[in-house]
Amino acid sequence: MKNFKYILIALSLFAISCNDTSKKDTEITAENSSENSTDNKISDMSIYNLPSQWTTQDGNEIELKQLQGKVLVMVMIYTSCQAACPRLVADMRNIEKQIPENKKDGIQYVFVSIDPKTDTPERLTAFAKENEMEDAKWLFLRGSEDDTREFAAVLAVNYKQISPMDFSHSNIISVFNKAGELAHQQEGLGVNNKETVQAIIDLTK
Amino acid sequence: MKLFNTALFLVSTLLFCKVTAQNNEMATVKGGVYLPLYGTADKTVKVDSFMMDVYPVTNADFLKFVKENPLWKKSNIKRLFADESYLTKWTTDENFSGLPNAPATNVSWFAAKKYCECQGKRLPKMDEWEYAAMANENVPDARKVESYNQYILNWYETPKTFNKTVGSTFKNYWGIYDLHGLVWEWTQDFNTVLISGESRKDVDKDSNLFCGSAAIGASDLMNYAAFMRYAFRGSMKARYSSQNLGFRCAKNLEN
Repeated sequence: MKNFKYILIALSLFAISCNDTSKKDTEITAENSSENSTDNKISDMSIYNLPSQWTTQDGNEIELKQLQGKVLVMVMIYTSCQAACPRLVADMRNIEKQIPENKKDGIQYVFVSIDPKTDTPERLTAFAKENEMEDAKWLFLRGSEDDTREFAAVLAVNYKQISPMDFSHSNIISVFNKAGELAHQQEGLGVNNKETVQAIIDLTK
Repeated sequence: MKLFNTALFLVSTLLFCKVTAQNNEMATVKGGVYLPLYGTADKTVKVDSFMMDVYPVTNADFLKFVKENPLWKKSNIKRLFADESYLTKWTTDENFSGLPNAPATNVSWFAAKKYCECQGKRLPKMDEWEYAAMANENVPDARKVESYNQYILNWYETPKTFNKTVGSTFKNYWGIYDLHGLVWEWTQDFNTVLISGESRKDVDKDSNLFCGSAAIGASDLMNYAAFMRYAFRGSMKARYSSQNLGFRCAKNLEN
């Protein structure tokens, strides 16, 4: 009976997190997985425990889990931002430049919008284009307001809408290891990013 | 096919989150406009009518929740969702310390959020909480009433109020108990507080928050009382928990 319950829990987890996969997929996953096997795969501190769904700049639906295996460099921004965000974008680009050629493949740079109402996939695409970040290594994500708030809570990024156009927000760049565990955070704008770059290089090993 | 998936989703959501009525009394708070201590510079904030739990969630309520949702037991919880202080005073997974009807504390934001979702509710937004908590026994906005502010400040000076039972403070204008006097409470968007302090010097700082604390004048007892709440929220992270911090749930007004 207890087992049955766990299967149902697992099943419902999958149903919640992948409700656009086909029924067949759901069944297969449900058969093969128990709570334990999921635990083995994803560690306690991993952001891959979050079931949230995100939309990319290309309009694809993804879960964070799909990024597993890459080192993630993440920042929360909004595209209509005039003040801090361009500098955060510059910081991200700056970090990317300093990564040696042979390490570049294993790294994903992720921008998460804190203004999902405004930042539609179209808007994110335009933003990527403006900033010459159209390569696949740059990923722009938009989620529901709740999931965005939750994700910010995980990153300890605080933000608040202060007018229809503007948000106040913490300027934090977060680095996650291949298992989705927070490994390094850089706080502030235009700060020396040597440590961040080193952390990223170390994590790709 | 789609229908099947939807059905599966609904059924499994119900199973995943066992919904059972517990301590379900809610009060309706009639919406309005208020001027928060800080935030949108000198602008009032509109709060829609909503429903709020009459009491904070108790130890007994929370025990029921973890029994029905074992992933949230003390020994099972993922560290992403709660740090080591989660339910720290519980002697086992199913034994809380203190009174059954004392507020549940040492609960992380993730756990509080999940609890409310499982009741078909949500955490109150910070503006909703602040709006409801402006009331004393008689008026919806008592922030300029001296006894109201004195009550809060006296509470700040009283140790271990988290051991008291829910309902032991005053019933406010809306019929809600214990917004002041027992524990601080999680809100859905606690992380909208941007404190410019040593720990987070990087944010676009919100000097309004500090204007409140710098000017200790006649009307500032009220600011001080609220400032403490905002400062506390600003110092929390979603996986932290504290023995002084509980929660209650809210939901949108049903039409």
